[in-house]
Amino acid sequence: MTTTNHIFPAGRTFMQRKSLSKLARREIHWGLAFLSPWIFGFLVFTLIPMVVSLIFSFTNYNPIHPGQTKFIGLTNWLRLFTDPFMTQAWKVTLRFALISVPLSILFPLGLAVLVNSEYLFAKNIFRTLFYLPTMIPIVVSVIIWGGIMNSETGWLNRAIEFLLPVQGPRWYQDEFWVIPALTIMGFWGVGNAMVVMLAGLQGVPTELYDAAKVDGATGWQRFFHITLPMISPVIFYQLMLSLIGSFQYFTQAYIIGNGRGDPNGATLFYNLYLYRVAFNFLDMGYGATLAWAMFIIVLILTIVLFKTQNRWVYYAGGE
Amino acid sequence: MKTQSASRAPFTWSSKRALRKLTATALVTLLGLTVLTIFLAPLAYMTFTSLKTQKQIADSTILPVSPATYTYQGRNYPILNVPTEKGMQQLALVKAGREASDFVDPENPEAGLIHWVGRWRVLEPVYVWDPTFDNFPASWKQINLGRLFRNTLIIAILGTIGTLLSSIVVAYGFSRFRIPGIEIMFIILIATIILPRQVTLIPTYIFFRAIGWGGTWWPLIIPHFFANAYNVFLLRQYFRAIPRDLDEAAMIDGATPLQTLLYVIIPQSVPAITAVGLFHFFFAWNDFFEPLIYLQGREDLYTISIGMTQFANIFNTQPGLATAAAMMTIALPVLMFFLAQRAFMQGIVITGVEK
Repeated sequence: MTTTNHIFPAGRTFMQRKSLSKLARREIHWGLAFLSPWIFGFLVFTLIPMVVSLIFSFTNYNPIHPGQTKFIGLTNWLRLFTDPFMTQAWKVTLRFALISVPLSILFPLGLAVLVNSEYLFAKNIFRTLFYLPTMIPIVVSVIIWGGIMNSETGWLNRAIEFLLPVQGPRWYQDEFWVIPALTIMGFWGVGNAMVVMLAGLQGVPTELYDAAKVDGATGWQRFFHITLPMISPVIFYQLMLSLIGSFQYFTQAYIIGNGRGDPNGATLFYNLYLYRVAFNFLDMGYGATLAWAMFIIVLILTIVLFKTQNRWVYYAGGE
Repeated sequence: MKTQSASRAPFTWSSKRALRKLTATALVTLLGLTVLTIFLAPLAYMTFTSLKTQKQIADSTILPVSPATYTYQGRNYPILNVPTEKGMQQLALVKAGREASDFVDPENPEAGLIHWVGRWRVLEPVYVWDPTFDNFPASWKQINLGRLFRNTLIIAILGTIGTLLSSIVVAYGFSRFRIPGIEIMFIILIATIILPRQVTLIPTYIFFRAIGWGGTWWPLIIPHFFANAYNVFLLRQYFRAIPRDLDEAAMIDGATPLQTLLYVIIPQSVPAITAVGLFHFFFAWNDFFEPLIYLQGREDLYTISIGMTQFANIFNTQPGLATAAAMMTIALPVLMFFLAQRAFMQGIVITGVEK
C-alpha cells in the first residue's frame, strides 16, 4: 500500500501540534459524523455480540429456560474434543475442503485463461455466460442440479453410462458421492473467482511476455514462469476465501441433507452442526462455543497462510 | 501448429500467419463452446423440464416432446418411423399385428393402407415438439410465488437503500478526513471481512428476539444501515481515485463536506455505487441463513430462498413445477445482471484484486 502516504500528507505534523486549529477540529467532527454509522454498527452488531458470544460459551444458556443459566466453566470447550458429532462435522468439512478447495482455484483459473485468450472469439459473451450461474440462488441451483444428478433420469448419469461401462452413482443419496456432488455443484459459483483471476491475468505487464518470447520461451514456460508468479497474490486471496468458505458452508448442505446431514451424517458440515446445536437443540451455550472455535480455526488458517505466503506469493514492487 | 509446412508455396509470410491465427481462433473458440455447453447444460435441462407435463417427464425424453399421432377415419393412431423400400417413412400404425402391420401415410391417406412385414414394436415413435406452459401458473400458485416475490423485493430494496446510504457516508469518512486513529479503524474494518458471522450470530439473535423483532423482517434490514466492510472498502478505493482538487474547489466555494459528498463525489462514482447496490440486492435475493432463523414459522413473511426449499423437497415427484418456479425466480437477477454487468464486474475486481 504505497498510496497511503499521499492520503494523509500532513497527518504526522498535524497531530504533533499542541492545540488543534479550528479547521482541523471541524474536519474531525465531520469525519466522525460520517464514520458514526460504522462505529455504532461495529459496536452493536460486531464487538459486543462477539464478547457476549465468548461469555455464552462458558454457560449452558438455553432460550427456553433462561432462568437456569449457569456458568459451567470449560465444559463446552472440552466437549468439542469428545463430541462424536463434532468429529463427524470435522471429517465432512475437511473432506469437502480437500476436494473442492484445489478445484475452486484450478477451474476458475482455467476459465480465466480461456476467456483471456487472444484467440477466443466473442470473449465478452463467454465471460458473461460463464459468470451467469453465479447469479442463481443456491436453493435454485440445488434444485436444478438435483435433476441433473438424479440417479436414473439425470443427464449426468446418462452421460456417464453412455461413455463408460459403469452405472452412475446415486449422487445426493450416497454417503460417498454426496461430497463430490456438492463439489460439482460448486462449479456453478466460480464467477467471482474467474473475474478476479481474469483481472489478475490482464494485469501482467506484456513486456514480460515479449521478453520471454525473445528468449525463446514456449507458451507453457511463459505460463509457469511468468503468469503464475505474477498472479500468485490473486490465487492466494482465492485460496483464503475458499478455505474460510468451507467452514461457512451451509445452504447446500442444509437443503440436500434435509437440515440433518443426510445421508447418514455425510453432509453434517461444521456450520450445519452449529446451526443444529444452536437452533434445533437450542443449546446456545455450546453453539457459541462452536462459533468461537470456528473463528479461532479460521484465524489460525489465515495466519498460517499469511506466513507461507512469502514462500510462494510474489508481490511486484517489493514490500 | 503443424499445418505450416504443408501450406508453403501459395502463401506469403503474412497470409500464413493469418491462417495460423484463424486456425487457433477456431480451435480455442470450439474449446470454449464445448466447455460452455457442458457448463450451462443444467440451464437447458431446467428450461426443457419446465415445459414438460408429468407424462413427458415420465417418458424421460430430453426435449419437451410427445409421441406424434394421426387421426385416420375418426381415430387416433401413433406415428412410427418405418423402414420401407422408399427409405425411412413416418407412418401411422392403424392395425398392429405380431409379424406384419398395416400403416397409413399421413401425407397421402387416400392411398389407403400400406402392408408392412416386420415387428412394429421395434420401431421408434415419431416425436413432435409439444411444450406446455401450465407449470408456470401452477407453481406460482402452489408456493404463492407472488407473495414470496413481494416479500423478497421489500427486504432487498430496503436493505439496498440502507447499504448504499451507510456505505457511501462511511467510505467518504474513510477516504477524505484526517482523524486521529483512522488508520487503526480502517484495519479493524478490513479485519471484520474474515470474521465469520457465526461468532456474532447467537447474541444478535437473542437480542433481536428480546426487542420483539423475532418473526419480523427488521433483523434482515436494519443491520444493513450500519455499513459493511466489503462495500466500504470498494467505495473508498473509488473515492480515493477522485482528484482532491475537485472537492477543494467546492470547499472554497463554501460547500460543507456533506454538500461536497452529494455534488462532487457521488456524481463521479456512479459505477462503484451501482456495483455496491447490485451486490446487496443479489445478496438479499439469495440469502438463506438469516431468513431461515428469523422468519421461522412465519410463512407469510418467507422470502424466495426459503419458499423454494419446498420445491427442493418435492422435486423428485414434481420436477416440472420446481423448474418452472426456478425459472421465474432467476429471471429478475439474471436480467439485472445482463443490464449492469460492466459495473458489477468492475466492483468484483476492485474488492478482489486491490487489497
